[in-house]
Amino acid sequence: MIHFVLLVSRQGKVRLTKWYSPYTQKERSKVIRELSGVILNRGPKLCNFIEWRGYKVVYKRYASLYFCMCIDEADNELEVLEIIHHYVEILDRYFGSVCELDLIFNFHKAYYILDELLIAGELQESSKKTVARIISAQDQLVEAAKEEASSISNIIAQATK
Amino acid sequence: MSSSSTSIMDNLFQRSLEDLIKGFRLQLLGESNFISRALEEIRREIKVTDLSTKSTALHKLSYLAALHGVDMSWAAFHAVEVVSSSRFQHKRIGYQAITQSFHEQTSVLLLITNQVRKDLTSANEYEVSLALECLSRIGTQDLARDLTPEVFTLLGSSKAFVKKKAIGVVLRVFEKYPDAVKVCFKRLVENLESSDPQILSAVVGVFCELATRDPGSCLPLAPEFYKVLVDSRNNWVLIKVLKIFAKLASIEPRLGKKVAEPICEHMRRTVAKSLVFECIRTVVSSLSDHEAALKLAVAKIREFLVEDDPNLKYLGLNALSIVAPKHLWAVLENKEAVVKALSDEDPNVKLEALHLLMAMVNEDNVSEISRILMNYALKSDPLFCNEIIYSVLSACSRNAFEIIVDFDWYVSLLGEMARIPHCQRGEEIEHQLIDIGMRVSDARPQLVRVSWALLIDPALLGNLFLHPILSAAAWISGEYVEFCKNPYETVEALLQPRTGLLPPSIRAIYIHSAFKVLVFCLRSYFSAKESILSSSAQEFSSTSSSMNAFTYESILNLVNVIELGLGPLCGTHDVEVQERAKNVLGFIGMLKQELGEKLDLQDNETEAFRVTAFMEDLFSEELGPVSTTAQEKVCVPDGLKLKENLRDLEEICGEFLKPVESDSVSYMDKISFSVSKLRIRDQQETSSSSSPPHEASSLLAEHRKRHGMYYLPSQKDDPDSNGTPSDYPLANELANEISPNAFNPKRKPSQSKPRPVVVKLDEGDELRITPQAKTTIETGNDDESLSRAIQSALLVKNKGKEKDKFETNPNSGQREKEESSRIEENHQNSEKKKKKKKKKKNGEGSSKHKSRGRNQAAAASEQVVIPDFLL
Repeated sequence: MIHFVLLVSRQGKVRLTKWYSPYTQKERSKVIRELSGVILNRGPKLCNFIEWRGYKVVYKRYASLYFCMCIDEADNELEVLEIIHHYVEILDRYFGSVCELDLIFNFHKAYYILDELLIAGELQESSKKTVARIISAQDQLVEAAKEEASSISNIIAQATK
Repeated sequence: MSSSSTSIMDNLFQRSLEDLIKGFRLQLLGESNFISRALEEIRREIKVTDLSTKSTALHKLSYLAALHGVDMSWAAFHAVEVVSSSRFQHKRIGYQAITQSFHEQTSVLLLITNQVRKDLTSANEYEVSLALECLSRIGTQDLARDLTPEVFTLLGSSKAFVKKKAIGVVLRVFEKYPDAVKVCFKRLVENLESSDPQILSAVVGVFCELATRDPGSCLPLAPEFYKVLVDSRNNWVLIKVLKIFAKLASIEPRLGKKVAEPICEHMRRTVAKSLVFECIRTVVSSLSDHEAALKLAVAKIREFLVEDDPNLKYLGLNALSIVAPKHLWAVLENKEAVVKALSDEDPNVKLEALHLLMAMVNEDNVSEISRILMNYALKSDPLFCNEIIYSVLSACSRNAFEIIVDFDWYVSLLGEMARIPHCQRGEEIEHQLIDIGMRVSDARPQLVRVSWALLIDPALLGNLFLHPILSAAAWISGEYVEFCKNPYETVEALLQPRTGLLPPSIRAIYIHSAFKVLVFCLRSYFSAKESILSSSAQEFSSTSSSMNAFTYESILNLVNVIELGLGPLCGTHDVEVQERAKNVLGFIGMLKQELGEKLDLQDNETEAFRVTAFMEDLFSEELGPVSTTAQEKVCVPDGLKLKENLRDLEEICGEFLKPVESDSVSYMDKISFSVSKLRIRDQQETSSSSSPPHEASSLLAEHRKRHGMYYLPSQKDDPDSNGTPSDYPLANELANEISPNAFNPKRKPSQSKPRPVVVKLDEGDELRITPQAKTTIETGNDDESLSRAIQSALLVKNKGKEKDKFETNPNSGQREKEESSRIEENHQNSEKKKKKKKKKKNGEGSSKHKSRGRNQAAAASEQVVIPDFLL
């Protein structure tokens, strides 16, 4: 299973974290520091796997972002690379040629998309189309509610309650 | 009124997450300042009753927690409040915060059970999905127990979107609450027949995890997995199924025969590297007895190795290292690729290649491989260089130097290692040098030669990491001085000024070794004189003069060098160095008197001669290796209480302690050179390591008699005992004789000479490790109870009519039964289908069907046995 997902920029800034195994806040910061140190210092022509504390970390760089996933020793590294690629493609489709800024300003969206892709550290949806459909349906749900909430009549109703 | 208006103001002018992120990028306050400001704001906003303000605040907080490591455990209750909102966007934020920050000890966890239950049964599938995701992450034992009914219902949901998530959650539920297996397992298994690839993928994923934890409990499901393996074309699913079979085949070998062919089929057919790799890994780890499959897998590995993609290269090497212990030929076939990978830029690839090379090492190629590796060690970075050195050292020393035939070569190799600039494995080399010295008497001349070369090189003294090696070299040239070509130079090297760079403990060894060399020289000088005197021994003089022709001048020279070197050390601060230096100087002072006065007397009855002979006797006692378990064999004598408190020790020993101290001080203060005093001092001095002249032999004999079992029989160490050790394991020598040179034209001529005797203890040469310790930790109670639950669930399933223990839902019992009958139909249908297909394929169908029937019969006899399907 996947134990955690990290997105780190080339400058070492964390862009997204998702933990599927229990780590305390302290451990989380330590893991991020340790791994980003190792991964950012690796040359471009090296393999995408690191053996780390009895686990394996699979990472791949897309533009200025490193996508990292930590998996068990027996897991299939190439499969995880494909999951990463899958995630990037979905992001790309959703944001329309995704860039780091999209992820910075839409941190939560990237998070929700990841939630549709993985559950309990396992891949749950391998169809890009389905993920896109589900996400947009949820977005509509939120938008509709927002519009209703921010309509003037609603504000007035709240104020005069 | 006023409170609601402030809340509206808050709501209207609250900074959204986007504002926060923008602000963060433009801030001039510094990161930590900005965060603490933002936190203050969040703390205020989160207390407001308005849920949308609250949820926005929580959203900002979870952003800061995720990316900037801010603690958000204090907001746990607020997250629970937000989750209870009826609006989807609030719920989503709340669940995200809970997923992110809750853990087993969070106290408000108790409050969310009902909320999660409500959302699990919600009509809105997205809300259900939120609750499921949350449960998959934070599910505790209580939550899992309380929500099992809802999860069970969702497993049968008609919406694939919900169903697959429910399947994903099941794993967590089982893990925390094994009793849930009884309820949910059947529905889970049903889904293995699902036509929806997403659902199939999710179920197989769950079983993959279950099989990893306890393969035995999943074994009865092998037929279902087999069906997936043969029918599915979805790579995600296939990879997981392969993983399951890798686990199952390792505990049930008969399964291998069945699955090998479909796996090879996938390997040949697919273009997806991930699937090919999974096939390879399954074959090399669990099906390596199936020759055809293994051959195909190794061929595929070779394809990986020649690819330019470093990932594939790494994985190829990885797969080779799995297969190496059982099928070395696979590695040997790819030797070139492995050696080439040693110079790869990727440290992972290099390391993997190194491990493989070390797996290949045997007594025929050890020198060749070591040669290659030493060349790489010279060229590579310090980290990898030491990794290489360590691998070579540990491979060669394995099992008391099992693979080493030519010890002269190996000793020289150790000497070379010491000279590799980055070498930091000094301690290991030190240990091996001494170990060889004690075990292999034939290697001693070469050891002394190598040690000498190390000692006379003043440059080595400057390297901190080499000090242990130098200490071993010094000890060897003192202990085995009889093989030394030029004792004078050895003494010079041992006392050269740069030895000041050594730590005192090693310096003491240097001085002591110089002392041993001196004693040896004196002894040979005296015995030469003696033999000349007793004119009978002409050949004696010729043998002794050939190696050690000591004249009076050379002895005097030697003595002067030592005096010169040790003189300044009498004033050092380190007591050990000072004491040893003074010992030697005292000895020399005594000798000098005698040498000066009585040289012309040519009298072998001088005190000097006697003392030298005595010292020589002391040093000539051979040291052997000691078993690591020797201490355990010493039984505690009666009346000795090791664990008793020693509080009244002071009373008893108080008087003894002081005199000892003062004694040693006075002893160091006055150095007198009279022979008689020296003798007394020697008695005190050496009483621990050896015994005084008169009692020496008797004490030693007594010691041997009492503790003989910790020593090796003396003739084994003795090179003169006709070279036929009686109880030495002959395996290596036999192997040498059996494999003639003709088999291996590359075989080095030096290896054809017989392997020298290596003293080997019966036991305890290696530190005994207990592998059980780890496994017991890994298989915790949870897993055990989980696997037991699965087994009993399978029992129930196989019996056909299951006892329904599901009480919370009154309808479920009936439904369950209906379903079970439906499933049986399905089973039969699928069986028929399979049968047809099989018949078309290879006509095995009928036997297959029969075996299935037997399977059910076997299951009916209430035993979770391996299905006959496997046979």
